[in-house]
Amino acid sequence: MIAFDRVSKRYPNGREALAAISFRVQAGEMVFLTGRSGAGKSTVLKLIALLERPTRGTVVVNGKNTNTLKPRHIPAFRRKIGMVFQDHKLLADRPVYDNVALPLIVTDTPLKEIDKRVRAALDQVGLLGKERMSPFELSVGEQQRVGIARAVISKPSLLIADEPTGNLDPDLAREVMLLFKRFQEVGVTVVVATHDVHLVHEFAQREIVLDHGHLQGADDETLPNLTATR
Amino acid sequence: MSLASYTARHGHAFLSSLGRLARNPLATILTLVVIALALALPAGLKLLVDNARGATGGFVNAVDLSVYFKTEVSLATAQQLAANARSRPEVAAVTVISAEKALEEFRNYSGFGAALESLQENPLPHVLHVHPRVESSSPAALETLRHYLSAWPEVDLVQIDSEWVKRFSAILDVVRSVLGIAALVLGVGVLAVIGNTIRLEILNRRAEIEVTKLVGGSNGFVRRPFLYTGVLYGIGGALLAWGIIAAAVMVLTQPVATLAELYGSRFTLAGLNLQEAGVLLAAGGLLGWLGAWISAARHLRSIEPRA
Repeated sequence: MIAFDRVSKRYPNGREALAAISFRVQAGEMVFLTGRSGAGKSTVLKLIALLERPTRGTVVVNGKNTNTLKPRHIPAFRRKIGMVFQDHKLLADRPVYDNVALPLIVTDTPLKEIDKRVRAALDQVGLLGKERMSPFELSVGEQQRVGIARAVISKPSLLIADEPTGNLDPDLAREVMLLFKRFQEVGVTVVVATHDVHLVHEFAQREIVLDHGHLQGADDETLPNLTATR
Repeated sequence: MSLASYTARHGHAFLSSLGRLARNPLATILTLVVIALALALPAGLKLLVDNARGATGGFVNAVDLSVYFKTEVSLATAQQLAANARSRPEVAAVTVISAEKALEEFRNYSGFGAALESLQENPLPHVLHVHPRVESSSPAALETLRHYLSAWPEVDLVQIDSEWVKRFSAILDVVRSVLGIAALVLGVGVLAVIGNTIRLEILNRRAEIEVTKLVGGSNGFVRRPFLYTGVLYGIGGALLAWGIIAAAVMVLTQPVATLAELYGSRFTLAGLNLQEAGVLLAAGGLLGWLGAWISAARHLRSIEPRA
């Protein structure tokens, strides 16, 4: 599903975020991406979602090499990836319904179909009945779940999340993580970047640990083992 | 994607653009007024040229020659020569205006009646109005005719009356060129106004655009509402321009009719006809679309989502 091959990323300001890292994530897997702030977690997710391109090396997602993907194909590429953010990136000037429906609206989905799927997605995250509310009227945990509903409404095969529990108290964080686990159980590949050690322990999924742009405990020689984790 | 959902989506983009404009009435109206003035100016100028042409159009083909005899030539001689002129194949009609009749007309219409009373004798000559056939109205044919008439020893002066019409026509041509330049310059102005308005709108909706691109919205999808906004501005401005012109024509109709009457003309001021109004609206819409497209192409590219 995801293959990083000796990927380096240097930002225009000269900061080297990733140094020749290689890893793979199999379809249907749930993986934690951990490490301190600044270790390169967000950069890995940005490279997966094609918000950035690697400086060196190749990133293959869903069978597509992101280096060679033409700009006009990026929208279709992103539609196959559900994204969840720490600050959830909801639009404050429109109700929950419109926020969740956005990924379907951009593909000109018929209104009836949108209606059905918005309800289904909100039901999955336990927010059915709050369609007409503004995101600001919801609690932080509920806002995060609206973001998750938006990420999964177009039934993506890959779900990536950047610190989705960063602003939540432990109970809410657990709830949100359970949601991700549930999506993984129905076949979605899930990559969650987090520094919440307790949750990582509790959910006991494969962990990719980043440290100053390097993969911890995995240099290039151990790559075959890593690939064979499953 | 079915046609129905395509239509529904475009309808949605159209209505949401319209809604946005309606929610900021003051800003929208100010922009519309600027666009309307920029469109009304060339359209009004065109109307002026057309009307001026209409007012003089009746004269353009009336290329009469006025033949002034020397004052000592008798009326009988003048009539004899009129008969000679009439026999020419290129001449359609000849009217003799005697010196007495000319003086009488002058007395009646010039307002110098009292002054003329003091004259001892009639200073005016007899005059022939020679009206050539249409097929002999070319400048060259007229020149030949003039040459023939002025060769008569009794003739003092032959004047081609169409000279001033030609000059006026040339002036109108100049005005028309000015109109073309004005239309071009103001058209670019409309593009700039709409482009800038769209730019501000894009910056205001930056967050929305970022998120839309994040969930896989194509550039075409993101651009769509802005194009509608541009077209709405253009057509709205053109409608307003039409209104401005109609109001100006309404105000001017009465004074122009009075003026025309004083010149013995039945000329009435014409406003924009439906076809011209259609062209104005289409031009407005097209400029709006183009301005929005240029602006969107420039500024949407710079907004890329950052996670």
